[in-house]
Amino acid sequence: MSVRRGSKHMSLLRFMTAGSVDDGKSTLIGRLLYDSKSIFEDQMESLVESSRRLGKENLDLSLLTDGLRAEREQGITIDVAYRHFSTPSRKFIIADTPGHIQYTRNMVTGASTADLAVILIDARNGMLEQTTRHSYIAALLGIRHFVFCINKMDLVDFSEEVFNGIRNDLNLMAGKLKITNLHFIPISAKYGDNVVLPSQNMDWYKGTTFLGLIEDIEPVRDGRSAEARFPVQTVIRPYSNGWQDYRGYAGRVAGGSFHRGDDIIVLPSMMKSRIKEIYDGEKIADSALTGDSVSITLEDPIDISRGDMIVRSGMIPRSGKELSLMICWFNEKALKTGGRYIVRGHAWESAAVVKKINYRMNMHSLEKDTTVLSTKMNDISNVTIHTSRPVFYDSYAENLTTGSLIFIDEGTNETVAAGMII
Amino acid sequence: MSDLLNISDEHLRELEDEAIFVMREVAAQFDKKVILFSGGKDSITLTHIARKAFWPARMPFSLLHIDTGHNFGETLEFRDALAAGLGVELIVKYVQDTIDQGSVVEETGINASRNKAQSVTLLDAIEELKIDAAVGGARRDEEKARAKERFFSHRNEFGQWDPKSQRPELWNIFNGHKNFGEHFRVFPLSNWTELDIWQYIRNEKIKLPSLYYTHRRKIFRRNNVYLAWAPFMKLKHSETVFEEDVRCRTIGDITCTGITISKASTADEVIAEIAATRITERGGRYDDMRSDTSMEDRKKEGYF
Repeated sequence: MSVRRGSKHMSLLRFMTAGSVDDGKSTLIGRLLYDSKSIFEDQMESLVESSRRLGKENLDLSLLTDGLRAEREQGITIDVAYRHFSTPSRKFIIADTPGHIQYTRNMVTGASTADLAVILIDARNGMLEQTTRHSYIAALLGIRHFVFCINKMDLVDFSEEVFNGIRNDLNLMAGKLKITNLHFIPISAKYGDNVVLPSQNMDWYKGTTFLGLIEDIEPVRDGRSAEARFPVQTVIRPYSNGWQDYRGYAGRVAGGSFHRGDDIIVLPSMMKSRIKEIYDGEKIADSALTGDSVSITLEDPIDISRGDMIVRSGMIPRSGKELSLMICWFNEKALKTGGRYIVRGHAWESAAVVKKINYRMNMHSLEKDTTVLSTKMNDISNVTIHTSRPVFYDSYAENLTTGSLIFIDEGTNETVAAGMII
Repeated sequence: MSDLLNISDEHLRELEDEAIFVMREVAAQFDKKVILFSGGKDSITLTHIARKAFWPARMPFSLLHIDTGHNFGETLEFRDALAAGLGVELIVKYVQDTIDQGSVVEETGINASRNKAQSVTLLDAIEELKIDAAVGGARRDEEKARAKERFFSHRNEFGQWDPKSQRPELWNIFNGHKNFGEHFRVFPLSNWTELDIWQYIRNEKIKLPSLYYTHRRKIFRRNNVYLAWAPFMKLKHSETVFEEDVRCRTIGDITCTGITISKASTADEVIAEIAATRITERGGRYDDMRSDTSMEDRKKEGYF
């Protein structure tokens, strides 16, 4: 979505980091900010002060990202933290997600908007069960490019054998998950080896540094099909002088492209019309590409409201009231068969009943478990739901906007699950 | 850092698209919506984007300014002209009124600031006006507690933020469901940095109060930060007032706004200065320096 205006180079890269509690994610990010000179003097002063107060011997770079009081006290990352930094070629948004198994939901959240997954592994421990779990979740959310950072190489004497052993294990695991775009980098986040600057301790490693890699990589994720989709967010009616008859449909292109003069179909009414104008702010544009927030006017006065979708003719999405989904459950109150929820997609909402829990993923073995028919917090399950009104959708693999939805608890208003349509 | 001067601005388009999307979600999901307007560059940028998001219709937001009474005079004129030009309602609520009603006790002493008292005035305004969405210009890169903030951030009936049980926010699906008396703070510029804002101001030719550019001002130094001098301020014995060419990096309450020695007179010069600078934006905000988690503490109480 960040590739703009025909340019092949992504100017904005969103990536997520995952790893277990002590793998050094926050330290890696701290190191990245520190060595790329994205930490400023006053942050530095407060970092020195905090490190000293917490009794740390050296500068603790993880304190840069762990911002909440409880996180600093317990030395863990609880919530997703977003970090921003830029190099001359690219802007980066990092979703730093917690490693604990009880925070799987936060990982899902971070992965939902990422184009790339960065997964940390402690060189002393090698690949763990949770490495597989993190990779599985990122792949489930549609990420196709993975960077595995084998961290703490300083604690295994910068050994090439150790690195190669872990890489072989990761390759096997990735093969099972059908992940094909893999990168492996031996690093020491604490001392900076191969993060921004090449390591002086591992001349056997001929690849690029971590920063070098993420500056150049052009990852393509699932859910970016070219079928033209325009979910209508709101209708713009100025009723002012000169704009009496203006009726603009405002939204963000969720797939493919739209051009002036295109034949379109409005869902759910199935009315046909043609694009009259595309407004980008107050400027008239010839076309709108995926990711563009624009307003569209049509040749014919059709009744369209929020939640409707404009598509190009010949590109009709699926529709119906029964949906199969992979869901990740976020709430302490477990999901049960027969449960009623509000489901919300791009700009629509519907009441829904969970008809059937088809299986639950065993997050240890990553096998389907059909014997357990409830879904608890942090579980990932395959369910069938029945909506109270027909919805228009694509599979998540085709379109991450029209193929995704959330579950909202009617009583508490909390977001209790994320769903990806199969 | 000098190569940052050549940093690409292609990503601004995506940040703008995202901000417009969020504003339109606010318009669709809430009844009484305001933009929290401080007169600072972030809220001016926010207002500029809101205008684009609903053009040619008028934006469905009022501007709400919480006035501490300790303003730079120019920001008030700028605010009034902007609201009039857009044809939107401007609502001003005064911290002085909150103090007079006894809802908050004014801080005294050398470091007295009305920054904290603003939260009370703001929450009173939200309750009185039945505001259910207050859109602010806060950015995640400003401060580490803000790095945890959601686009749609729920506030309970007391206006409080509970950072430990925030709603997960997936893709671009925003859950604005709430009970009566609760409200949301919404931050469309979450993913912008100070540099992004200035590049956007340059590209879009957005007008700002002249305080953001170099001007001559009486200032003094306290705890390694320059502060603007105003007649009501109390000085320590060791502190002296002197004149210097300065600009403001943030504009808030005059008692805690950070002043930078600068000769930058255009957006381009400011960008060059920011790209080369070594002090973060809020580093000059005196109110953040009270403790390491002071932003988290103030946000829990209902701060912006």
